[in-house]
Amino acid sequence: MIQSDLNAIYVVVARELIKFVRERGRLISTLVRPLIWLFLVGGGMSRVVSPTMGVPYMQFIFPGIIGMTILFSSIFSSISIIWDKEFGFMKEMLAAPVSRFSIVVGKALSGTAVSTIQALLIVLLFPLLGLKLGLSQIILVLCISMLLAFCLSSLGILIASFYESFESFSVIMNFIVMPMFFLSGAMYPVKLLPHVLGIFTRINPLTYGIDALKYMVFPRSTLIAHDFPLGLDIAVIASSSIVLVIIAGNVFERRK
Amino acid sequence: MIEVKNLTKKFGAVTAVDGISFEVEKGSIFGFLGPNGAGKTTTINILCTLLSPSSGSALIGGQDCVKDSAEVRKKIGIVFQDNTLDKELTAYENLLFHSYLYSVPKVGRKKKIEDALLFVGLIGRKNDPVKKFSGGMKRRLEVARSIIHQPKILFLDEPTLGLDPQSRTNLWEFISKLPEEHEITIFMTTHYMEEAEICDRIAIIDKGKIIAQGSPEELKEMVGGDVIYLKTHDNARALQEVRTLLHLDAGESNGEVYIHIPGNGDAFIPKLISALNDSVISVRLQRPALNDVFLKLTGKDIRPETVSGSSEIRDAVRSYRRKFNK
Repeated sequence: MIQSDLNAIYVVVARELIKFVRERGRLISTLVRPLIWLFLVGGGMSRVVSPTMGVPYMQFIFPGIIGMTILFSSIFSSISIIWDKEFGFMKEMLAAPVSRFSIVVGKALSGTAVSTIQALLIVLLFPLLGLKLGLSQIILVLCISMLLAFCLSSLGILIASFYESFESFSVIMNFIVMPMFFLSGAMYPVKLLPHVLGIFTRINPLTYGIDALKYMVFPRSTLIAHDFPLGLDIAVIASSSIVLVIIAGNVFERRK
Repeated sequence: MIEVKNLTKKFGAVTAVDGISFEVEKGSIFGFLGPNGAGKTTTINILCTLLSPSSGSALIGGQDCVKDSAEVRKKIGIVFQDNTLDKELTAYENLLFHSYLYSVPKVGRKKKIEDALLFVGLIGRKNDPVKKFSGGMKRRLEVARSIIHQPKILFLDEPTLGLDPQSRTNLWEFISKLPEEHEITIFMTTHYMEEAEICDRIAIIDKGKIIAQGSPEELKEMVGGDVIYLKTHDNARALQEVRTLLHLDAGESNGEVYIHIPGNGDAFIPKLISALNDSVISVRLQRPALNDVFLKLTGKDIRPETVSGSSEIRDAVRSYRRKFNK
């Protein structure tokens, strides 16, 4: 990496973080969604769902809600590329003497930073659910969160680079983000799904992320059914991160 | 400084730029004049390395816009047609981020930014978020931003689009100082004829083709010389004297005598007055405007639109989003 590219990464990340701090509304709205799912949906469901999975339902969905926070915040953060394209700042960056790849890496890193901060705020709610997490567990959860956030941010950039305007936003929400959430094992074990849908859960990086988070949140519980070995989870997220960021970089590089 | 040869850009079946060639000299102001959709922005985007041409070549400072795009980018500054400032950031932050993107050395960076803000008269607002700025202030800030990395060439795409007359005059004051104060060559597009007057050379473009090139004076000579309008005590006598003594093409309309002067009209006025022996009440000189040139070449008027529709919609969407978020 040459200096100009490091500068570009710095600009993209610094800009995103400044906005993150200044736009409190955005922070609140992205935090309210997981809270609603955790306490309103999870709280309601826990009265119908008996704790057959070994832990109370609200605890069961906790890793899924952390994953959800990362999913939404990463995708929204990188979708802002479309916003930048429409409202101009992207042109300022594209015309600058920096590589397109550095812009993509910067976006992925800023999405990672913003998502991990939000994930941390959700993780810290654990005492309310009757969970006991040690410091090392929290750190491990954050490490997985960072990796997952980088992966999903890169995916978001890849999606965003195909769109020129914000009109397609609801399409992205309904056909990519929401299915990714429901087919990830966040709200119910993946194994309960019909076989056809099982294929989708296996190509969904969020499934592996949430599975890995379950290892960290319930380290000793043998009752929580893990879908994959932890090593596989991490390997899948890490390798798909690299593949996605490279594809996104190349798609972005295309000049018309 | 800029050499363009047979440049063509096709978008599918549409030819936006059709085999244009021109050169821009160092330190000059070059104007690209034409109606909306003539291919001005496409040409700028090719020169700024944002688009690849379908055929032909474009060199900036001797370097190819396609092959040496990284080098070309370091040399140019751009003020795009649509605002590309980050409105959530302050004026200073916008300029600071720009200087990072262009690897402006840390030593003296702060001073460069402040000098640029001073140059466009925005130093007092440097810590205000850009969303609080008026249209004219945003444009001036963009001009300031575009010169921070000391480009050799500045591209201005419709810099005054959507600005009120006062802001336009104000902005031109800054822009016209650039070639001397900052040794910058300027390439600009506009469809305001009166703005093109400050250019050293103009290319008139219509439907992707350059239909005329030259200095504003040369172009205006294409439509003929100046016209002098006279009010006299005796129009009939004056008319006769102009025709017989000076052998000029003249006529009378609305109580005024009009005389077509080949070439420069103002030098001719004293001669005319003495020839008419003090019977003149008033004199008025009318120069051909660039608008007449365009009218003559294409048979239609350049119709300036105030604000591009899409940018109005974008602003509306943006303010909606802001409300929605809070």
